[in-house]
Amino acid sequence: MEINKDNIEKKIRDEFDPTYLVVEDCSSGCGLKFDSVIVSKKFEGKQLLARQRLVNDLLKEEMTKIHAFTQKTYTPEEWEKKQGKDAANPEGQAKASGACSGICENAQK
Amino acid sequence: MSSSFLFRRVIQQCSSVRPLNLISTRFTSTTLSPSDNKTTTESPSTVDPQFKKKIDDFVKSNKIAIFIKGEPGAPRCGFSNAVLQILNLHGCDFKSKNILEDEQLRTTMKNYSNWPTFPQVYFDGEFIGGCDILLGMHQSGELVDELKKIGIRSKLSDVNDKNTPSTPAS
Repeated sequence: MEINKDNIEKKIRDEFDPTYLVVEDCSSGCGLKFDSVIVSKKFEGKQLLARQRLVNDLLKEEMTKIHAFTQKTYTPEEWEKKQGKDAANPEGQAKASGACSGICENAQK
Repeated sequence: MSSSFLFRRVIQQCSSVRPLNLISTRFTSTTLSPSDNKTTTESPSTVDPQFKKKIDDFVKSNKIAIFIKGEPGAPRCGFSNAVLQILNLHGCDFKSKNILEDEQLRTTMKNYSNWPTFPQVYFDGEFIGGCDILLGMHQSGELVDELKKIGIRSKLSDVNDKNTPSTPAS
């Protein structure tokens, strides 16, 4: 299956039944790079590492080919609290995507 | 200095590939062994047990051990740079390995940690995660507590204490 934003989104949607999901293709010359925000009940009771391992396992095949995959994982309750905090403090927000400099061995052909 | 200001600072610095002069000589970067520098890739079933033991020794004998792309003074990836910046903000000493210089290390670590990407961060021999997780822990204040558990007092401990609401005495 081709690796693209839509296919990755579908896989995550089918597995996690998220209440909120964003997958962005952020590649900028360094190959395939995706940022994601996943809000799902399936993350309840799981620490960050366990959540990310679930996503990594789901996208095992894709991970061997893409350069970077950033994931922010929340339970619905955490997401609601975060939305409330963000509304109260818009200056405290910063997007973490773009950390990929594009300078890496994958870009050196 | 508020934690949100520090968080924004880390994010701003993440987008730059230039290593910052602020990264001090607190770190040590080492290679496992020049003679172990192989260029062949290995499957999980052929991981050299001796090499694995060297990794075991490295992560268990250092409170903070990280596997990054590049060197602490010259990171080759924004995500690795982000981890370095966060550890620097908290005033942590750490040891690092450059996975770009050692293909065997790079391949082995993916199996060893069961984690497909770099950077990879270990606290007291336990795998913590990559950049996303460290950044999330830093933002939530959880990183200060995790460092305390391994006997490291973060420079941001006071900031964390101020941001944590205290329970009034009844």
